[in-house]
Amino acid sequence: MFAYFLRRLILVMPVAFGVSVICFLLVQIAPGDPLTAIMPVDATAEEQAAMRAVYGLDKPLPVQYAIWVAKLAQGDMGRSIASGRPVAGEVFGAVQNSLLLALSAAAIAFPIGIFLGFLAGYFRDTPIDRAVTAISIAGVSVPNYWLGIVLVIIFSVNLGWLPSMGAGPGGSQDWAWDWLHMRHLVLPAVTLAVVPIGIVARTVRALAGDILTMDFVQALYAKGMSRGDVLRHVARNAAATALSVMGLQLGYLLGGSILIETVFNWPGSGFLLSNAIFQRDLPLLQGTILVLALFFVAMNLVVDVAQAAIDPRIKRT
Amino acid sequence: MIRLKDSLAALALTVGMVCAQGAAAQGTLRVGMTASDIPLTTGQTDQGGEGMRFMGYTVYDSLIEWDLSSADKPSVLIPGLATEWMVDPDDKTKWTFKIREGVTFHDGSPFTAQVAVWNFDKLLKDDSEQYDSRQAAQGKSRIPAVASYTAIDDHTLEIITKSPDATLPYQLAWILMSSEANWETLDKDWEKVAAAPSGTGPWKLESFVPRERAELVPNAAFWDATRVPKLDKMVLIPLPEPNARSAALLSGQVDWIEAPAPDTIPAMTGNGFVVSSNAYPHNWTWHLSRLEGSPWNDIRVRKAANLAIDREGMGALLGGLMVPAKGFLPPSSQWFGTPDFEVKYDPEAAKALLAEAGYGPDAPLKVKALISPSGSGQMLPLPMNEYIQQNLAEVGIEVEFMVVEWNQMINLWRAGAADASVDGSQSINFTYFIQDPFTGLIRHLSCDLIAPNGTNWGHYCDPEMQALFDQIKTTFDPVEQDAVLKTTHEKFVNEALFLMVTHDVAPRAMSPKVKGFVQAQNWYQNFSSITME
Repeated sequence: MFAYFLRRLILVMPVAFGVSVICFLLVQIAPGDPLTAIMPVDATAEEQAAMRAVYGLDKPLPVQYAIWVAKLAQGDMGRSIASGRPVAGEVFGAVQNSLLLALSAAAIAFPIGIFLGFLAGYFRDTPIDRAVTAISIAGVSVPNYWLGIVLVIIFSVNLGWLPSMGAGPGGSQDWAWDWLHMRHLVLPAVTLAVVPIGIVARTVRALAGDILTMDFVQALYAKGMSRGDVLRHVARNAAATALSVMGLQLGYLLGGSILIETVFNWPGSGFLLSNAIFQRDLPLLQGTILVLALFFVAMNLVVDVAQAAIDPRIKRT
Repeated sequence: MIRLKDSLAALALTVGMVCAQGAAAQGTLRVGMTASDIPLTTGQTDQGGEGMRFMGYTVYDSLIEWDLSSADKPSVLIPGLATEWMVDPDDKTKWTFKIREGVTFHDGSPFTAQVAVWNFDKLLKDDSEQYDSRQAAQGKSRIPAVASYTAIDDHTLEIITKSPDATLPYQLAWILMSSEANWETLDKDWEKVAAAPSGTGPWKLESFVPRERAELVPNAAFWDATRVPKLDKMVLIPLPEPNARSAALLSGQVDWIEAPAPDTIPAMTGNGFVVSSNAYPHNWTWHLSRLEGSPWNDIRVRKAANLAIDREGMGALLGGLMVPAKGFLPPSSQWFGTPDFEVKYDPEAAKALLAEAGYGPDAPLKVKALISPSGSGQMLPLPMNEYIQQNLAEVGIEVEFMVVEWNQMINLWRAGAADASVDGSQSINFTYFIQDPFTGLIRHLSCDLIAPNGTNWGHYCDPEMQALFDQIKTTFDPVEQDAVLKTTHEKFVNEALFLMVTHDVAPRAMSPKVKGFVQAQNWYQNFSSITME
């Protein structure tokens, strides 16, 4: 097991390198100028050139990349061009906020998705199955930013029950686990949970449905095992695949919530990324994409290892 | 008896405290800004006009400021940290400024002529200890006339310009003064200053969380007693997404939002919210290419296009939040003048002019126009440009759009009409800050500012216009200078040098609890008069 973990960890290195190259190059391809964020639009060409030199943007791309990677190796992700603040502080602060939102959404989505999936798988081809399938398809199909806006109109604007934006009355730095702050989390977390509910429910439904038709399940019933015990066996058999789907979903939740974080003004990595894109803030953009991509890679690693630990049929060397 | 006396005294004290609170405590104003981050706090702000509005003229002052006290007349320059200024009659490059006495920064240090010099070095002298590239990026280009500066004594500042330039006072209205003492106390580190800045302005920055909120409290010792804020606190919240901004206001999370989306305004006014707007120096135009071969070189074509636009009809598209253009400057501008060419909707006259220029149903004029789907100050560029496309098609001008994202649009604007990147486009839809003679008129058409060396996108160059620009710079009497500015603007309109479409009205929506706001005809505003009911 340890050898497997070590091998996977070593494989992460070239992936991380590839990710860093892609992160760096992708943001260079986009048209636009990062100086737009920090200079008046009518700054002269001479002033722009001087500022370009200050930020090292006048150097050839390979040199810029080498400088960036060398600094990265020392834990320095550079400074945001737009704000002047260290990228590491900006990114990790935002990732923490996104993690809070992603885990909250996962805490809502995964139990509901698993429950609905099992329900549909167990009662396959019944009205319950069809109802769950309809819910799953709706969850996956409805644009979640639109749903977010609708929820804001209902629960914030019309009913006034929940806040529509921000991470608490004093901002994310004052976050506390009390209702005053947690109420800010409700709408974005519920909105973000809708897609993974659908995906997890459909996955678990398919898995449970298939496993329930397998011979060993009949054998377990024939042995006189109770329905609950049989379902526990079914769950264990489905767990490995379901876990990998949920792991990927958690990665998507963290990195793919740009629209939700924008709709709810949630100060997470998606919101940061969206601002960095519009401002062509290259160091911030590179840093945020890199951290999110590496998080995704790490998530895959954790899921692979967890799968091997859960399912003895998965033999790794 | 003693008990009764004590009780009465306690009651009197309580009543007194309540009354005092009632008089002093005027509440907290929470503002949803369109910016995505808190503007730079160290002095010279970023985030364009909004940065200056909320973090510039609130926390800081400049030597010369804009009068923001009236909604009814255009803003003019007034004394700020300088009480008076004059140019040497024998040497028109030498200016003397009398520095206001008794002004202190929020940290208690005095503002003097030496501190003003230190601030100019902060922006212009890149080998000075206090030089800050971030502030320089914002401020240097605003004072192109300044050659040198000296503190004659504590309260006298001398500025020498590169050449005689009567627009210097307007340029200085951009430059905000930070505290040298505060910078020294904070280890001469601008990053630390950003967290604890010190200006002389009516508001003090109490705290801020990057990208999330900034809290400003009144500076009770502000030098102008009439502008000491009445509120207890003003909270600035970046809310770049228009729907999120509107929802935050409608759900009571903020009391004021900048730039509500036009389609949300009926819902706001229907729910008792107040929408404030006013004319201000902004325009929405097509800047025309004057390169050889451009169809816009023909004055008949330019006039025809201007006569083809149904500006009143466009008002419905914008929820009425616009001032139809009658010229390049808003009709209320002090420099509007009395142009002969009337900018109005007259498609028949437009067709006649086009026919005279050799275009007609069988030979339509084809033009290519650069536009963006969004952008700072661009209002609703896509539907507005499509509306114009339809209007122009009705008189025989076929428009092909080249649509680029806003950040790239700025690059193409800087590059100019002759650059290959604009791909032969003959106009660019770029909105302009037109608050002073330079930003309002000179920079767009001056021969020495042809792109990419300046902001004359269309490569226009006319000796007659250049002479007027020179005259603006060498007319030091403000009244006479205003007359030259009027003549210049009349030439802009009479020769239809732009496709003049509309002016924004800076709409802002606010809770009915917000009282006392006077929306000046300016990009900046005074928040000191506001109270919360």
